[in-house]
Amino acid sequence: MDPTRRAILLTSAALAGNVLMPQRSFAQQQPQRGGVMTVHFATEQRILNPSLQASTGVYIVGGKIQEPLVDLDAAGRPAPCLAESWESSADGKTITFRLRRGVTWHDGRPFTSTDVQFTAMEMWKKILNYGSALQQFLDAVETPDAQTAVFKYARPMPLNLLLRALPDLGYISPKHVYESGNIRENPTNTAPIGTGPFKFLQYERGQYIIAERNPNYWRENLPYLDRVVWRVVTDRSAAAAQMEAGQILFSPYSSLTIADLQRLGRDPRFDVTTKGNEGNARTNTLEFNFRNPILADLRVRRAIAHAIDVPFFIENFLGDFAKAGTGPIPSVSTDYYPTEPMPQYPFDRRRANALLDEAGHRRGAGGTRFTLRLTPAPWGEDIALWSTYIQQSLQEVGIRVEIVRLDAAGFLRTVYNDWNFDLATGWHQYRNDPAVSTSVWYRSGQPKGAPWTNQWGWQDDEADRIMDAAQTELDPAKRKALYADFVRRVNTELPVWMPIEQIFVSVFNKRLRNYANNPRWASSSWHDLWLAS
Amino acid sequence: MRVLALAGRRLLSSVPTLLLILVGIFLLLQLAPGDAVDALIAQTGGGADAASAAAMRAEMGLDLSVPAQLANYMWRLVRLDLGFSSIYGKPVSTVIFERLPATLLLMLAALSFAFFFGLVLGVLAARRVNGWPDTLISTLGLIFYATPSFWFGLMAIVLFSVHLQWLPAGGFEEIGSGFTGLRRTLDIATHLVLPTLTLGLIFLAIYLRIMRASMLEVLSLDFVRTARAKGLDETRVVVRHVLRNALLPMVTLIGLQAGTMLGGSVVVESVFSLPGLGRLAYESVVQRDLNTLLGIVFVSALLVICVNFVVDLLYARLDPRITP
Repeated sequence: MDPTRRAILLTSAALAGNVLMPQRSFAQQQPQRGGVMTVHFATEQRILNPSLQASTGVYIVGGKIQEPLVDLDAAGRPAPCLAESWESSADGKTITFRLRRGVTWHDGRPFTSTDVQFTAMEMWKKILNYGSALQQFLDAVETPDAQTAVFKYARPMPLNLLLRALPDLGYISPKHVYESGNIRENPTNTAPIGTGPFKFLQYERGQYIIAERNPNYWRENLPYLDRVVWRVVTDRSAAAAQMEAGQILFSPYSSLTIADLQRLGRDPRFDVTTKGNEGNARTNTLEFNFRNPILADLRVRRAIAHAIDVPFFIENFLGDFAKAGTGPIPSVSTDYYPTEPMPQYPFDRRRANALLDEAGHRRGAGGTRFTLRLTPAPWGEDIALWSTYIQQSLQEVGIRVEIVRLDAAGFLRTVYNDWNFDLATGWHQYRNDPAVSTSVWYRSGQPKGAPWTNQWGWQDDEADRIMDAAQTELDPAKRKALYADFVRRVNTELPVWMPIEQIFVSVFNKRLRNYANNPRWASSSWHDLWLAS
Repeated sequence: MRVLALAGRRLLSSVPTLLLILVGIFLLLQLAPGDAVDALIAQTGGGADAASAAAMRAEMGLDLSVPAQLANYMWRLVRLDLGFSSIYGKPVSTVIFERLPATLLLMLAALSFAFFFGLVLGVLAARRVNGWPDTLISTLGLIFYATPSFWFGLMAIVLFSVHLQWLPAGGFEEIGSGFTGLRRTLDIATHLVLPTLTLGLIFLAIYLRIMRASMLEVLSLDFVRTARAKGLDETRVVVRHVLRNALLPMVTLIGLQAGTMLGGSVVVESVFSLPGLGRLAYESVVQRDLNTLLGIVFVSALLVICVNFVVDLLYARLDPRITP
């Protein structure tokens, strides 16, 4: 057996398959009606309504049942959904949405501008995570007629920011269902009513959720599928086996083990890809606690970054699903990704040692300079690997690292509320615009205990000024330049290091058609998805 | 009537144990950093404002001191109210009763499987002690015992569901099939074959070893020689005289293992995606849903007490010298 030759043969077979596939499977096939889409549902949620909770675990279900005002098209540009068009006033304080006519809720009532008004004021502004920050200066939504919603802001709201945030933070709920009683405790939260292509049917906790075709969907003759079934499978290896047995056709958001993703990627029955997740980019972080005087020294932070060989880690542990990051704005975000090079910290062990010596941390007994505690977040296999890799890399430059492993609740409490850590590592989720969930990692004055925000004890007037200016800048070109200044500043000061860029990995059964055709596909409505027999 | 009085007495005498367990778990979970609201925020992916987090804590009574929370819980328990589950947004009793059938079904099936085959194989091994059937059975038992159940389960799925496609890879029943009556029973049964085998095999190995040892011991006793001297045939000796006496340690084991099975099925339930109590308990710990966790502990403890009571009654039946 000659493994090299075999590998080459396999690769060429795969390449030939790739070249032939498009013609065979897409161009000459008419969409078929019917069929059941089965989805891997790894983390059960307390609610399924995306106007109340912005998270991938909610979108994967609620995004088929409810719809946002604005969606993203195949190229990632804002596209009409429940809103047909929009415009902003010159001062950026009034944004008008013209709504689609003839849309009805699943219970038969018409969709109107009062639904938009109610959802924006009562849900986005008061309850929705990230929504409450985004809509902080939303004063009112006026409804001159049933098809017009006028958003009034106290401060200028860049139209680009709002349009990029709304596909995730712009889902509409029916006012007539929610207007009386406590919104958080409404039973509709786990049995959502929307305008989307699929109607909620049943939720059996710990087992499955079923939604069926909405015959009155506003996109004529769509959707193609009869049903969508989400199967609750918490064990990653079992989920991979169910993919292979055909019980699950789609596993979203990197929910399988890295080894299984690589294995299924070689199997001709599956497509393992980052395609369709470009709108869900994340970076791996290394967070420094400035209350530890050792880490408050910029030289030490830079030395730590220089001591870790990121390309080596990516190549050997994460494979094709990750690449080296250059800062808080990932390269998929073409609207804001800085065009000029930013300060970086390439692997250079000698420089790391020199910086540590310069900072006055001489090697002591056993070659150790000092000891730090590293608290990794419990989500994602990559974080566990990355934390071990950090530990071993820092050992080489004389920094001893103790890893403190905690579960989700324990991690959030210990790092972001008790500040009881030296180094922490997890994910920073980028949500299409840096103002949504990125600047909070750096802006000072975050309330104590708010997770994934600046809890490092780091404050920088220059960085704060840039972020505040960008938040309300209406000119897209100026905004982009401001965010370049922002990246330059935080890459120089390094309060958080973001050296790896990842996009979630999806596994598709190749019987599926029209999958991954927009940058937030797992969250999107699947109205044009169909199944080949 | 006498049995009922006995049952009542048993239940009363286990109240202190139950209290100790509940208070212990309550305090243990206080040692874990973070609460139900932290867990909720972890699930939503951040961006929640501080005021609404504080409001939720107040709503769940998490802002009270630990002794006050404990006192609240105990007072509710006295009124047989298990409280409200923060993850599921329903009363804990409803959440548990939804999960109980799957757990009990799996536990009963696995226990009966392990008990029956453990008994048969144990007798066979004892009858041919040190012969090839004994060696084969004992080796198999050792393999079953030494293999971790998650691996067993995954391999069973790979073989029977992925390659042979004989059995479903997971779930409790065919989703949205609308089966009723016998068809539904059959459907659930096919879904439970692999989990039952996985969970049962480890226990089978234990039963097999115990049964073999116990048979060998009884076989060497005087009354067996007497029975043989009476001229009884070998089957009658084994079934009527030896088996009945050798069963006692097996029955003891059932009582002990009923508890283990309830807790030990977290792995099997996760691998086979079954909606059981084990997974519910695990999720409650991760989500810091104290009410649900304590509710499960309470119900499981009650179940174990019941099983042990039945075991005591069985003792008396098998060996008239013992009175419960």
